[in-house]
Amino acid sequence: MTATSPLLEARNLRKTYGRGGGLFADETTGDRFLAVDDVSFSVQPGETFAVVGESGCGKTTLARMLLRLIEPDHGAILFEGRDLLQLSGEALRARRRQMQMIFQDPFASLNPRLRVGEIVAEPLAIHEPQLSRNDRLDRAAQLLLRVGLPGDAANRYPHEFSGGQRQRIGIARALILRPSLIIADEPVSALDVSVGAQVLLLLQELQQEFRLTYLLISHSLPVVAQLASHIAVMRAGRFVECDPADLILHQPTHIYTRELLAAVPEIPTARSL
Amino acid sequence: MELPTASGWVRPVNDISLRIAAGESLGLVGESGSGKTMLSLTLMGLLPPGARVSGEALLSSPEAAPKNLATLRAEDDWRAVRGRDIAMVFQEPMTSLNPVMRVGAQIAESIRAHEPHLAGSDLQRRVHAALERAAVPDPGARATQFPHQLSGGLRQRVMIAMALAANPKLLIADEPTTALDVTVQKQILELLDRLRREMQLALLFITHDLGVVAKVADRIAVMYAGRIIEEGLTQDVLLSPQHPYTQGLLAASPTIVRGQLIPIPGTVPQLTSLPPGCAFAPRCGYRRPECDQAVPAFRPPHTDHSARCVLL
Repeated sequence: MTATSPLLEARNLRKTYGRGGGLFADETTGDRFLAVDDVSFSVQPGETFAVVGESGCGKTTLARMLLRLIEPDHGAILFEGRDLLQLSGEALRARRRQMQMIFQDPFASLNPRLRVGEIVAEPLAIHEPQLSRNDRLDRAAQLLLRVGLPGDAANRYPHEFSGGQRQRIGIARALILRPSLIIADEPVSALDVSVGAQVLLLLQELQQEFRLTYLLISHSLPVVAQLASHIAVMRAGRFVECDPADLILHQPTHIYTRELLAAVPEIPTARSL
Repeated sequence: MELPTASGWVRPVNDISLRIAAGESLGLVGESGSGKTMLSLTLMGLLPPGARVSGEALLSSPEAAPKNLATLRAEDDWRAVRGRDIAMVFQEPMTSLNPVMRVGAQIAESIRAHEPHLAGSDLQRRVHAALERAAVPDPGARATQFPHQLSGGLRQRVMIAMALAANPKLLIADEPTTALDVTVQKQILELLDRLRREMQLALLFITHDLGVVAKVADRIAVMYAGRIIEEGLTQDVLLSPQHPYTQGLLAASPTIVRGQLIPIPGTVPQLTSLPPGCAFAPRCGYRRPECDQAVPAFRPPHTDHSARCVLL
């Protein structure tokens, strides 16, 4: 056991889906697809816990269950020691504002009809309704500056921004409630290399500044390697290996982790020749 | 290649010269908007309406005089070239395949486009051979399936089988593995490598991923804002990049071996508002007054490894 108590803990999480069959399929018969199969882990405050795996391994289902956007069939999700699955109404809402999400596709996750300032301020309208509209927009404008957007960004619309800038808008929206946990699902995989590196560095800086804990979901070991303190390798709904990042990256024990690492096309360096 | 826009003509492909030998693989590297896909569409005669092209694109063959693709205008002339001389594999196989047609029939269609007399069991044999060449297991059964019944990797193998069915000389692969998982990507890269050696294919491999290009390319050309800004042997370009943009891309690429990433500041310029000189100058840490005066020429000229930068 570690000295500090974990910020987030998942115990024996499981989610199954019906295997198609259509409208008249009998959901009660056995043939169901195990998307997440008995996954347990804990995330310490301030760390970056990464879940890496190939498409269909269940990593996105897992991320959505942690926010209760998908209801698990079984298991417990402890956030600051309290089981989210036992909470409802106001108590759940209060926990949830501590957990925010950054999405993969910055084009699809911003409302095209709202100005950027309104998009970023919107969570405040829900969670801090006592604030005046001007206060909300002020806070949004400050945060937009902090994530590296120009001063007039708040009054413009999402389509006026590049992919990297839109991802910064998504990050500002996730931070406006001062959450303790950020779940980032493929935050740079839709971005160009030069812009993706800017966003990864920004996430690193913000983690220090706002004392954030990250749960990072990615298919890319090189991306995960930049940020993660712990890495869980996921395959077919299960964690095959979960260890400190340096162990996973340099002394993996599971054969699947080794396969994944060997398949990454690495850029040659003078040292590798 | 130039395109008309509301704010005047832009050049997505700007003064590009390159050559690929039979059996050779050239990696074309660039970020979105660099013009790498527009270059491949120009070579395939698949231009957006209103586009105009100048220059030459010479396709040599041992049997005949070189063919200048830039002079082809009639759609019938292009149809004779596509598939038989040049073929293309795209990023997303699901959107390039017909979802309501069995994959075998789609391959048969591309064979019959050039050999209309083929039919019956001869045609079927060719379809199976094409699938076999792309290492599709159990070609007989796969040929009768629809695209949605195949995995992403198998779909891309079907696309490769289709592209190579009429034995082209040049294969253009535009980000063929970007949508695939790494373990599947590895298999597809190995397949393309084997096929280009066996068939003496010239391969133009387009990617944004420097790790992928290191695996497949003999030579690399780096594109930025419509121009090639550095070209050389793969090892030379990756180990001693000459252009500040190439250096920046390398420093910004995440690798398994952890090191501090150094991003390139700013963003790729719009083609409608390119600076008069080097297009990378506004983002470049080594900018000097002469960078903004004219587009730098390749230095050193006529060598195996050169770059468009005034510092060289």
